[in-house]
Amino acid sequence: MILGAIVQGAQMALVLALAPLLTGVTRKVKARLLRRVGAPVWQPYRDLARLMRKEVVLAHNASWLFRATPYLIFAATWVAAALVPTFAIGLSFSWTADLIAIVALLGSARFFLALAGMDVGTSFGGIGSSREVMIASLAEPAMLLIIFTLALVAGSTQLSTVVAYMASPEVGLRFSLGLALVALVIVALAENARVPVDNPATHLELTMVHEAMVLEYSGRHLAMIELASQMKLLLYLSLIACVFAPWALAAPGDGVAAHFYGVAAWLAKLAAGGALLALFETSIAKMRVFRVPQFLGVALMLGLLATLLLFVSRSL
Amino acid sequence: MIAPVAFLLLCVAALLLIAAGAVALAALRRDAARATRTIYAATLAVSALACFAALSALLGAQGAPSRITLPLGLPWIGANFRVDALSAFFLVVVNLGGALASLYALGYGRHEATPYRVLPFYAAFLAGMNLVALADDAFAFLLAWEFMSLASWALVMTSHREPENARAGYVYLMMAGFGGFALLLAFGLMAGAEGGYSFDAMRAASHSPVIAAFALALALVGAGSKAGLAPLHVWLPLAHPAAPSHVSALMSGVMTKVAVYGFIRIVFDLLGEPAWWAGMIVLFLGGATAVLGILHALMERDLKRMLAYSTIENIGVIFAGLGLALAFKANGMTAPAALALTAALFHVLNHSFFKSLLFFGAGAVLTATGTRDMEKLGGLIHRMPVTSVVFLVGCVAISALPPLNGFASEWLLFQAVIESPDLPQWGLKIMVPAVGGLLALAAALAAACFVRAYGISFLGQPRAAAATQAHEVDRFSRAAMIALAGLCVVAGVLPGLVIDALAPVSILLGGARMPMQGDADWLSIIPIAESRSSYNGLLVLAFIAISATLTTWVVHRYASRALRRAPAWGCGFPDVDATMQYSAASFAQPLRRVFGTMAFDAAEHVDMPAPGDTRPASHRADSRDRVWDTLYAPLTGAVHFAAERLNVLQFLTIRRYLSLVFIALVSLLTVLALWT
Repeated sequence: MILGAIVQGAQMALVLALAPLLTGVTRKVKARLLRRVGAPVWQPYRDLARLMRKEVVLAHNASWLFRATPYLIFAATWVAAALVPTFAIGLSFSWTADLIAIVALLGSARFFLALAGMDVGTSFGGIGSSREVMIASLAEPAMLLIIFTLALVAGSTQLSTVVAYMASPEVGLRFSLGLALVALVIVALAENARVPVDNPATHLELTMVHEAMVLEYSGRHLAMIELASQMKLLLYLSLIACVFAPWALAAPGDGVAAHFYGVAAWLAKLAAGGALLALFETSIAKMRVFRVPQFLGVALMLGLLATLLLFVSRSL
Repeated sequence: MIAPVAFLLLCVAALLLIAAGAVALAALRRDAARATRTIYAATLAVSALACFAALSALLGAQGAPSRITLPLGLPWIGANFRVDALSAFFLVVVNLGGALASLYALGYGRHEATPYRVLPFYAAFLAGMNLVALADDAFAFLLAWEFMSLASWALVMTSHREPENARAGYVYLMMAGFGGFALLLAFGLMAGAEGGYSFDAMRAASHSPVIAAFALALALVGAGSKAGLAPLHVWLPLAHPAAPSHVSALMSGVMTKVAVYGFIRIVFDLLGEPAWWAGMIVLFLGGATAVLGILHALMERDLKRMLAYSTIENIGVIFAGLGLALAFKANGMTAPAALALTAALFHVLNHSFFKSLLFFGAGAVLTATGTRDMEKLGGLIHRMPVTSVVFLVGCVAISALPPLNGFASEWLLFQAVIESPDLPQWGLKIMVPAVGGLLALAAALAAACFVRAYGISFLGQPRAAAATQAHEVDRFSRAAMIALAGLCVVAGVLPGLVIDALAPVSILLGGARMPMQGDADWLSIIPIAESRSSYNGLLVLAFIAISATLTTWVVHRYASRALRRAPAWGCGFPDVDATMQYSAASFAQPLRRVFGTMAFDAAEHVDMPAPGDTRPASHRADSRDRVWDTLYAPLTGAVHFAAERLNVLQFLTIRRYLSLVFIALVSLLTVLALWT
């Protein structure tokens, strides 16, 4: 009970503390792949600290919604990230929300971010919001179909149960899970505004989505939004890792050593995930925005195919 | 102690008396403002009483029906009325919606140009909806159904001088007549040759598979056309927005639910054991309706019509749940059937909350600005502080986002989808995941639709002068909207209460109930078992609230709280004005490009003059309603053609008429002679 609470608390602290580092590592690897030196891996922390100290410059007609949104997004993302098993399964509050609810929580955060993009009434905010909801309208159903696949394999939408099942030997090698993995990677790229869907490194370019939405934000508000999106990246990498690489996760009742082992394994998984992401991003070009639906349509179709296969036979 | 059914019938009688009183006041030419207040206060009181009676019947009696027979209607069976768990639940929905619409109308009704065109029909409409849910024989049901249709038609025709409304009324009347006719035939088939028109007789009779199939199809057409099931939805986006806003809320939030009640009563209760393919058809229609409805809503710039299209989407979601429940029930899987049915009924309740709330909000916007065109709104969040908050609650709820109520019911529905691989039939095995995908798509598109609606109407800068002059609405309207927003939050964070309240209904219709939610820890909800899935809206809300407050405090305390107002960044362009914002049409453009070509044959025409040419450039986006083009246009064409041809019959001589009558008589007698 006490250990459970400590694990849950440690998870909340760790996802918050490590999210900027993950972004820093990804940027560093990307820079090295491009034969640049790149900023140090803790540069995101410095950026956040700088933004936090700065004053907020608010547009004249910005409403309370614009000011409340950064904190709401941050809170929703943090709660979602706290419920994904990272280094231990059976978190004390994992029964609060299953995988559908976790994804929907991120949907709530996006809803408010898209609204905030339209609050000031500039065309940049509007274009960002409009494209964001277009991408989400394809990514969310794809994600739900992936969840259906996992739920049909594991017999549960509860993430802890799914992970426990995936770690057990009975899961075997399944075709549907392969399809789900590919679809999940595509969805993760789109949800986190990564290349080829969006470019996290650009500013003031017509093809950008996420950065256009948050263009009017500054100071601590921008810091909260940046931190939330870094946490979202960490959440998706942890999700992929815990479902498809469920190794060395501490179970409830395990000792302290197992938990430290779990943390070390999680860090290794995150580093590997970040490096793979950087490798992928450097080796592919960004798509035109109207190609994105086709890209996400692939995820949707793969998710549907995986679910259909499981309806045909539970062993596929 | 008076029986619930008698008390509810007294309430109906009171509503009819109020309608008669409104007619009398109109005839006496009494002061309209005062009459408006009196009538709405009276309907508020009666609806509130009826709501409490229905709620106590639902919670107290555990589904034990109470019945009464009045010496009206058909002489050999009388008029039967009954309250069981199912009708009690729908009576709660009807009367809660009615009470809050009356409260809203206490303020909103003052702006009505012709109040006496609304008041009598409003009370009669409430009475009609109550009677449909109370009726226990086919005659009383159909009479109440038609009464409800006609009363709502009169309300649609309130501003009948506008040509658009006249057309809406015409289409509505045609569709309502058609739907009523289909229901009449359905009841006729179920009553059989002996004419067992009471619901008890139909329940007891064993229907042959062919009869059951036809009755199901007719019920689907009859109730589905009222509810707005595709492809019978075309009247709905015309008629619902044409009525005054509190009536629109009733039509969209409540009357469509009465239609759902009619469908459930016939298919789950009267027809006996369903066939598995019935579930498949209903499931498919539900999924298709959901996506089609929300795609139309996304393209719409009229706020109220957008809401009406979104009603079609939600009806699709409800019917998908019902189809799933039918499929489970046909295969004897009672626990998943109870889950799917509870999800559908929970969504019925939720949709009545948030759709009423959103229509009230649209009415408030209409009062404040005089327009429902989103392209002329904007920036209302500064001028209408209360309306903007409650409308936002409604938008979040209808977009199925946690922790509000729309998510709770859709979550249950997705849990039911995951239970379905055990269904033995191949048709269902293929259909269920496809419909699951469609429902997920509809939910995501709904979020996009309501980001657009709220962002364009309430955020940004005012797009027209009317929006700059907007002011907050009166306190009655605000009270009604705040109450509904509160209900959305309560049903979202405490879904277990609703699920437990629905248990008698699911026992009545499926013979099983979902696990007792009151026993779960911390008010979680558990569809089947905790190891499989659970969700706790209360804790999710608490976690978000705590972490958001904490973060805000920490940031303001330890980082910085400095804030400066400055002009928005215009990318170096000097004169940024409101017309440069994203509009409703431009916001929908990416989605129109992705889905529009398939769904509505959408095309964009760009006319860009060459440099030097002074002619204005133009951009036009065309779209067509494919359902109308493929189904309704040929039908109206055929009717016109036949009418033209038969027109000659109007101008015959008396001899020819007589010979026509003679021929008809002879052929009828011949048929009769051959029949036996």
